Amino acid sequence: MTTATASHDNHDDHGHHGPAKGIMRWVLTTNHKDIGTMYLWFSLTMLFIGGTMALIIRSELFQPGMQLIEPEFFNQMTTMHGLIMVFGAIMPAFVGLANWMVPLMIGAPDMALPRMNNWSFWILPFAFGMLLFTLFTEAGAPNFGWTFYAPLSTTYAPSSVTYFIFGVHMMGISSIMGAINIIVTILNLRAPGMTLMKMPLFVWTWFITAYLLVAVMPVLAGVVTMMLMDIHYGTAFFDAAGGGDPVLFQHVFWFFGHPEVYIMILPAFGIVSQIIPTFARKPLFGYASMVYATSSIAFLSFIVWAHHMFTVGLPLQTELFFMYATMLIAIPTGVKVFNWVSTMFRGSMTFETPMLFALAFVVLFTIGGFSGLMLSIAPADFQYHDTYFVVAHFHYVLVPGALFGIIAGVYYWLPKWTGHYINENLGKFHFWMSFIGVNVTFFPMHFIGLAGMPRRIPDYALQFADFNAIATVGAFIFGFSQLIFLFVLIKTIRGGEKATDQVWEGAEGLEWTIPSPAPYHTFAEPPHVK
Amino acid sequence: MLFRTWQRLSSVVLGLVSAPAAMADWELNMPQGITEVSQSIYELHMLIFWICVWIGVVVFGVMFYSIFKHRKSKGAVASKFHESLTLEILWTALPTVILIAMAVPATTVLIQMYDTTNSDVDIKITGYQWKWEYNYLGEDVGFFSNLTTPEDEIYNLAEKNENYLLEVDKHVVVPTGQKVRFLITSNDVIHAWWVPEIAVKKDAIPGYINESWAFIPEGEEGIYRGQCAELCGVNHGFMPIVLEAVTGDEYQVWLEEQRAGKIAEAQAALGDFSYDELMVKGADVYARSCAACHGGEGQGLGSVFPALAGSDIALNDMAAHIDIVLNGKPGTAMQAYATQLSDVDMAAVITFERNAWGNDTGETVTPKMITDAKK
Amino acid sequence: MNSNSPQPDEQSGHKPNNTALKLVIAAVAMFGFGFALVPLYDIFCEITGINGKTGGPVERVEQWVDTSRTITVQFITTNNAGMPWEFEALQEEVEMHPGAWTQVKFWALNPTENDMVGQAVPSVSPSEAAEHVQKTECFCFDQQTLKAGEGREMPLIFSLSPEIPSHVKKVTMSYTLFDAGAFAK
Repeated sequence: MTTATASHDNHDDHGHHGPAKGIMRWVLTTNHKDIGTMYLWFSLTMLFIGGTMALIIRSELFQPGMQLIEPEFFNQMTTMHGLIMVFGAIMPAFVGLANWMVPLMIGAPDMALPRMNNWSFWILPFAFGMLLFTLFTEAGAPNFGWTFYAPLSTTYAPSSVTYFIFGVHMMGISSIMGAINIIVTILNLRAPGMTLMKMPLFVWTWFITAYLLVAVMPVLAGVVTMMLMDIHYGTAFFDAAGGGDPVLFQHVFWFFGHPEVYIMILPAFGIVSQIIPTFARKPLFGYASMVYATSSIAFLSFIVWAHHMFTVGLPLQTELFFMYATMLIAIPTGVKVFNWVSTMFRGSMTFETPMLFALAFVVLFTIGGFSGLMLSIAPADFQYHDTYFVVAHFHYVLVPGALFGIIAGVYYWLPKWTGHYINENLGKFHFWMSFIGVNVTFFPMHFIGLAGMPRRIPDYALQFADFNAIATVGAFIFGFSQLIFLFVLIKTIRGGEKATDQVWEGAEGLEWTIPSPAPYHTFAEPPHVK
Repeated sequence: MLFRTWQRLSSVVLGLVSAPAAMADWELNMPQGITEVSQSIYELHMLIFWICVWIGVVVFGVMFYSIFKHRKSKGAVASKFHESLTLEILWTALPTVILIAMAVPATTVLIQMYDTTNSDVDIKITGYQWKWEYNYLGEDVGFFSNLTTPEDEIYNLAEKNENYLLEVDKHVVVPTGQKVRFLITSNDVIHAWWVPEIAVKKDAIPGYINESWAFIPEGEEGIYRGQCAELCGVNHGFMPIVLEAVTGDEYQVWLEEQRAGKIAEAQAALGDFSYDELMVKGADVYARSCAACHGGEGQGLGSVFPALAGSDIALNDMAAHIDIVLNGKPGTAMQAYATQLSDVDMAAVITFERNAWGNDTGETVTPKMITDAKK
Repeated sequence: MNSNSPQPDEQSGHKPNNTALKLVIAAVAMFGFGFALVPLYDIFCEITGINGKTGGPVERVEQWVDTSRTITVQFITTNNAGMPWEFEALQEEVEMHPGAWTQVKFWALNPTENDMVGQAVPSVSPSEAAEHVQKTECFCFDQQTLKAGEGREMPLIFSLSPEIPSHVKKVTMSYTLFDAGAFAK
């Protein structure tokens, strides 16, 4: 067993024996663990802000009629909720986990570009500060949905759209820098013997995700730049009056948007692929096929974007192509699910909190996958499109999918970070409340969507009332359950049962060879992987 | 067909799930609808749903079997297998076959949906913030369709009626037993015209003409309701669609009535209206066409939609007031109402705006003044 | 870019800054690709006729007229928001043989007290017919300027190519008029 020591430090820009003191430790840090921690706290903060917005939305939708807020503010809430959850909660949480775990998993002393790492984090608070600030301006926050279709987001947009555009630019730059850092780290800083096909799956999925980020975040930056030019510099990319085309916006946006949804799920696949073998005490089934399946999903994500646009009036042949391509995604996704189930089969399973979240991930993400398959069928999509069925679908893949994956990862690695086990009773309480809450919230949305309720409406016809009320109750259960999460986190940081180095009985990999808590500097001498 | 057998089998096995729900008066599933296309889509939807259910039963079955049997607390010892090429090939090939089985009927239905040829009736549908305009091509019939749900119901001051938010002043009337083609476009932002019962949903995009169609069989006369399905701004939730299917004969009568009504309106504009008549009518027109943006009490909305109560234009320059309602204000959300409102309605609403909510100018705008202003 | 990077692992042989530079270039290239999608999309639309766009002026060629088929061509007009012009087709529809040339007229009038510039945007339904619409003259090719109170008849000369699919029996040509004041040339 290779045990790295914390006594040696090969950085020359900060203290030689552990972290600096005071606030400047966090402002100037180039340590991957510090930066990972900051990313995770930042995304937790955003989760609570975005979650509060979700609860405002659900409160208004508790009953038919306008009760609490006005339609205009409702639209601002749906828009901000989407933007904050996608770009502020889910993506930074994954970057935070990558910062902490990728160097530990591949035996690297730090990220390859530590100073850039610091910048890519510190851009984020400013980007989201600017976005949130628009809520307090007279024009109000962006109100055109997180997909910001032109011309609603250009000719008809509130003046805060400019802040939104700069916010997107900043978070895009942050994501690209983070992704470059991860790729460079994985390509250059692997310990001797850590060949690509020996890398843990979390590293693999992030490796592929990082390439997706480098490929599509600039396209998002491009599309908002075009909006900026249309709004302020008299160009007409999306304005038909000057020879532009509003449908072009959707093509460019979804060329970014579809890979983006895989950016939000692939690292969760990786986390679950770490956790299930650990608690099944059995090696991951089909490691190589997992890598190939992830790569196939990433590749397919570039040629399916128009399935978000089945109702815009694409010609028949185009429609058929995108339908077939989208259906194909079910194959590699299925392979992954089958592999996870086979890993559990004839294992020796225990059900600690991270495993519970991982198992819920497999079941509920698969349900989201099924509704995704249904949505891929173009004729049926004419009925599903822009209804609550879609809302149910993407919340199933993003909440019990991506978010549960993140929570599972946090519980899985928390003993390594803090040196303490979590209180299992509290963790399980958090799990069951979240599990019940998430299903009570989102399952009824399938029904109201099929029954015909469009998404993004602040008020609805009477036949949708019962399920909306249930969904709202579920949302409050789920939302307040996350306070348990916060409580568990703080409690574990402050103390608890001392964690062993290996932490979990079935855990394997370099990150479990270092002490718990992980010292400030690790793998100054690269370990040797057999 | 094999899948039909599957479906029946599935319905029996899993019928317990849907039975109690059917008893409660809850809408749980996609409507089957009234057209051949909507029924094909429903069948496709159910087929894929049951395929997913059965895959789920198998996969989750194995998973939960492992969870219960292969747990450490029961003394399970982990085996070490972690690869099987046979299995990998199997579970790549099998889903491929299932997907092809789904793709074939899906393609058939899609081709059917795209066949807009040989239509009997063509209706142009234009989305506006936040209402729909219908024009019957070649029939000289056209009108706007506005939400009629009173603001009191929306703000919980009055009991909600059964068609809450799904009611409009003028229905789009279509004949049964004839192929109706919809040509869908937009005046401003992107909207989507959707009536679930006929499975027609198509985006209304400025500058584009999109088409779709429906053939409602005879015997399915009735009223079918839908909504805008693409976020189009603040009142996106308040621009419903009410489709009324009538027999071919009734349709012809209706067309005649519409044309006659237009002539009557033009003649009415020549008549005299008292201040009181105009105020009553104006309040009604205001609620339908103006209140969505300028507020029920003329108080405006946010920073985008100005208040009318106490506004300079409503208190002073009458010609400018008439002009802005007639021609709109370029570069803003204020539309040109010249084609949307009759001269009488226009006179009434402007009179109303100049005298309601403390705007006590005491002035009356007559329909003739509107007719003159149009010249 | 970063002088404080840890030294690259001797064994893997790459220099991190080289990899980083390549990735930065890739990101910049993808930003450019986003913009390249604009002309690519136009080319793609022109070739396939998707989204119902019709092409620019063509040379008038006398072509084979398929008198065995008659196609109904409907004309519809829409005013975009904030465009107060009167704008209508002077004939609701025409019947024509594929290959034959036809002239139709549209009417536009600026009722306001200001000179205005309009731009008509064409769209054809069904979209598969779009690539078969050949126009030698169309008011939609250029911006139209109308003085305050001015009205004008505007011609459209076009044919449907004889290759138009046989199942197309009705073609709808739609023109949406936009206020192009902000884009006046």
